Amino acid sequence: MNQDEPLSIQASRELVQRLRELGQVRAPETVLPTVLEQIGPGDLYAPIETPIGTVFVAFNDAGVSAVMPADDVAAFERAFRARFARPIRPGGQLPGWLRGGIWPNARRGGSRTALARIAPTRFDLRGLSEFERAVLLKALEIPYGEVRTYGWVAREIDRPGAVRAVGSALGRNPIPLLIPCHRVVRGEGQIGQYAFGRDAKCAALAAEGVEPEQLEALARSGVRYLGSDTTRIYCFPTCRHARRIAERHRVPFRSASAATTAGYRPCKVCRPALAAG
Amino acid sequence: MHDDELAAALADDLDGSFERLVLTYQDRLYAFALYLCGSPRDAEETVQDTFVRAYRALSGYPAERVRDLQPRAWLFQIEKNVVRNRVRGRHLQLLPLDGTHAEPEDDELERPETVLERAEQRDELGTLVTRLPDRYRAAVILRHIEGLSYDEVAAVLDQPVGTVKSNVHRGVRLLRAALEHEVTPVGRGGSRPAPTTPIRIEGKGRVTLKEANR
Repeated sequence: MNQDEPLSIQASRELVQRLRELGQVRAPETVLPTVLEQIGPGDLYAPIETPIGTVFVAFNDAGVSAVMPADDVAAFERAFRARFARPIRPGGQLPGWLRGGIWPNARRGGSRTALARIAPTRFDLRGLSEFERAVLLKALEIPYGEVRTYGWVAREIDRPGAVRAVGSALGRNPIPLLIPCHRVVRGEGQIGQYAFGRDAKCAALAAEGVEPEQLEALARSGVRYLGSDTTRIYCFPTCRHARRIAERHRVPFRSASAATTAGYRPCKVCRPALAAG
Repeated sequence: MHDDELAAALADDLDGSFERLVLTYQDRLYAFALYLCGSPRDAEETVQDTFVRAYRALSGYPAERVRDLQPRAWLFQIEKNVVRNRVRGRHLQLLPLDGTHAEPEDDELERPETVLERAEQRDELGTLVTRLPDRYRAAVILRHIEGLSYDEVAAVLDQPVGTVKSNVHRGVRLLRAALEHEVTPVGRGGSRPAPTTPIRIEGKGRVTLKEANR
C-alpha cells in the first residue's frame, strides 16, 4: 500500500488517536499504600538534653531509630531524610523511658537510672546488617561508667579479626549516646574516634564518671589491666570489680599474657580475655 | 496541580506532598510501564519502585534542586531506568551457572504476549506496542500514549530530538504495517484471513512481518 494515499494519512491519524486511548489506564489502587509502606510509616522526633547538648531523638513503632545533634529542626529533618530516606515529622510523645531527661548527673551514679535499664528491644535496628546489629547490641552491654576496647567487641561477637569493621559499625551507629558506642575505646587506651568528634566522646564519658584524661594517662604508662593480689583476678581498669580493689592490692598488667604468666585469671564480668573454663 | 507548584510543595514539605505526587502521576507511570514491560504485574512493581526511588532521591536533594525539578519528566526518567535494571536482572536470572535453573511456574503466564493476549486481544494495538523494538517502543509510548512533546521525550530518553522523531515515526510505521497485515481491511477489496503469526520478534528485538498461512 502506498504511503502517499489519503487513506494512509487518515489511517495514521486514527492510529495516533488509538494510541492516545491506550494511555487511559489506571494504576492499581495498591500502588499508593505499597509505596507509603516501603518508604516507611515515618518517624516522629523530639529534642532531648544530653551531656553533649541538645540532640534530636527519632522514634517509631519499633522503637528509637535515630539520635542526631543538629543546629535546628530543619537541619535535623534534612539530615534524617538524607540518611534514612523516610518521612520524619515533629511531635508525638517520647517513649516513656526517655521522658524527663535520662542522663543522671555524674555524682549520682548511673546504676539506678533509666540509662542503665535500656533494653535492646527499645531500638529500631531494622535497616542494619546482622554484623552491625551484633556490634551495637554488644556495645549496649557495656555498663554505664565503664569502657571496653574495639578488640573486645570483636572478640565478644565471635569476629576477633574484625576490629576495624567494629570501628566502622560503631561509627555508623544511628543511635549514639543511647546505644553507648562512646564506651568503646582504642586498645592502647586512647579515647579513639567518635561520630560527633573526640570532645563529644570525652564529654559523654565524663558525664558517666569516666575521666578520659585518667584513662589515657593509665594507657600511656602501659597499663591495660588491673589485677587484685587477693583474688588473683584481673580486669579492665574501669570494670566495677577493678575499681573496688584496694590500692595496696592493686597489680597493674601490660597485657593479658603478662597477667596469665603471673597466675591471674580474667574477670568473668568484664572479660578482658576469654576466661578459662 | 501544576508541575511547578508540585515541585515547590515537595521542596517545602516532602512528606506532606509526596502522596500527592504519587496520586498525580501513578496512572501516567503505570501506562508507560505497562506498554514498556507488557505485564500488569511488572508494571505495578515498576511504578512502586519508581516512586520509592524518587522519594529516596528527593530526601537527599537540596530544596533548590527539588524546586527546579519537572516532576513528570523526572519520574519517567527514573522509571525508564527501573525498567532497564529489571530487564537486566531478568536476563541474569535466565543464565543459571549450573544449567539446572527452572523457570518459576507462573513465568509463562506473565510474559508480555500472553498477558496482553489473554486480555481478550481487547487491544491488539497495545500488544503490538509491547513488541516494538526497544529503541522505538519508549519513544512511541512517550510521544503518542503519554502525549509528551518531542522535546520532552528527548529529555526523558536523553537523546537528540531528531533521533526521537525518527524513532517515533519508524515505530508508528511498524505498527501500521503490522495492523494492516493482521486486521482485515474494511471496504478494500477482498478479505484476507488474519495470519496467526503476524509479527515475530527476532534476535535483538527486530520485528519482521511474516505472512503466515502462505
